[in-house]
Amino acid sequence: MKRWILAAVAVMASHAALAESSSDAIAQYRAMLADGNPAELWEAKGQALWKEPRGPRHASLERCDLGQGPGVVKGAFVRLPRWFDDTRRVQDLESRLLTCMQDLQGFDAAAIAKTPFGKGEQSTIENLVAWVASESQGMAFDLPQSHAAEKKMYEVGRDAFFFRAGPYDFACASCHGQEGKRIRLQDLPDLTTRKGAGDAFGAWPAYRVSSGQLWSMQRRLNDCYRQQRFPYPGYVSDVTIALGVYLGVNARGVDSVAPGLKR
Amino acid sequence: MSRTVDRTRTSLWLRSVAASAMTLAVALAGCESTPGAPGPGAATHAEATKIIDSSFSAHGQAGLDRLQQDALQKACSSPTPPSADTVKALEAAEAAKIVPPPDGRYLGDWRAGENLAQNGRGMTWSDKAEAPNGGNCYNCHQLSDKEISFGTLGPSLHHYGKGRGIEDPTSPQAMAIIRYTWGKLYDAKAGNACSIMPRFGAAHILTTKQMQDIMALLLDPNSPVNQ
Repeated sequence: MKRWILAAVAVMASHAALAESSSDAIAQYRAMLADGNPAELWEAKGQALWKEPRGPRHASLERCDLGQGPGVVKGAFVRLPRWFDDTRRVQDLESRLLTCMQDLQGFDAAAIAKTPFGKGEQSTIENLVAWVASESQGMAFDLPQSHAAEKKMYEVGRDAFFFRAGPYDFACASCHGQEGKRIRLQDLPDLTTRKGAGDAFGAWPAYRVSSGQLWSMQRRLNDCYRQQRFPYPGYVSDVTIALGVYLGVNARGVDSVAPGLKR
Repeated sequence: MSRTVDRTRTSLWLRSVAASAMTLAVALAGCESTPGAPGPGAATHAEATKIIDSSFSAHGQAGLDRLQQDALQKACSSPTPPSADTVKALEAAEAAKIVPPPDGRYLGDWRAGENLAQNGRGMTWSDKAEAPNGGNCYNCHQLSDKEISFGTLGPSLHHYGKGRGIEDPTSPQAMAIIRYTWGKLYDAKAGNACSIMPRFGAAHILTTKQMQDIMALLLDPNSPVNQ
């Protein structure tokens, strides 16, 4: 984090008007880094893990249905979260990967959901989401909204987005409901707009320069709620999936760039 | 026709537009809360509340009680602002929570205030409950112009005291601004019900001493904010 700030400050110092140009300077800095996004390492591992026989059943994920039919990965990322007939739930990518890991490979989904981010099978999921997302790079978000449950989850997601609570009275909307604002030097996308939701939803999972880790969408939302001073959102809990539907539907038509590169 | 008349007419027209918008807002709010006939908004909200309640668990100092909204949080959890009457009632209730510093001293040490303004920690599940909270000021506001890493969710507070003509913050002439600023810091919702600024005093985020130090940062002529 400190290193990043120093680098950003160095880039900015070359500009005459400091405050005005800070976002430009950061964008420039990111473009420099984007020449090689370290997320590619996660993608490569994810691709290998997809095919590798693993878990108590020693099976691969090659028959996993991410919504486009068993084994179809291309285009799946830009159409999630969506309704699944077999689980009778609206599921996001991570929730669906858990279903496949349990049903096909025999892993205990509940145990993985309780595992801290970056540890054990959670790190497997990080690799998988990087690869699955990369297979939809350049495709436009097109989340289905035909099932009643998908429509309901959009409405619930919007409600959750504006839900203010906790000691600081924060909602998602407190920081992400206006255009052109920032916290410190960090630009805040307005997630109620197509462009803002596209820039944000369409960039996670992302490699985070500050921590050297790849963060999934679930991990991103989890940290948002931490900074909102809320209690702990369950991994793939319904509120996180509803927010995913709200953001993903708002981002309709925007091309996915995930896995992205972030501060 | 004179310009004054033009202006009066424009202002009357604006007022009537605002009034109809308000009537509409009241009418819409009325629709949603009609007993026995909840609209889709109310049904979704009930469903969302159920989903939110079942999705979180207590962690560190962040207990599930944090999901229990007070009347203000409830009223301000919509993309549309509450009715003018509701806003008035909420602001009055918040104003009643403001407590002046018990020792009568509004201004502390601006150096400690600057440290607090820089500090964005506090009250997350990963923060130690017994550790003092930061003021989070630079996250949303510009203060000293020496600090280039500042947020823009709130207005710039650079020259906060200087711009308000505060030369001697202990003088009687400064008292109105001092009280106003204390109130804003203690409970920003007293003047703007759905403000995104936390209620630093009323929600027990900062101590009296910490607020006195931030007051000095804003109002002391020697503070970097007023250079």
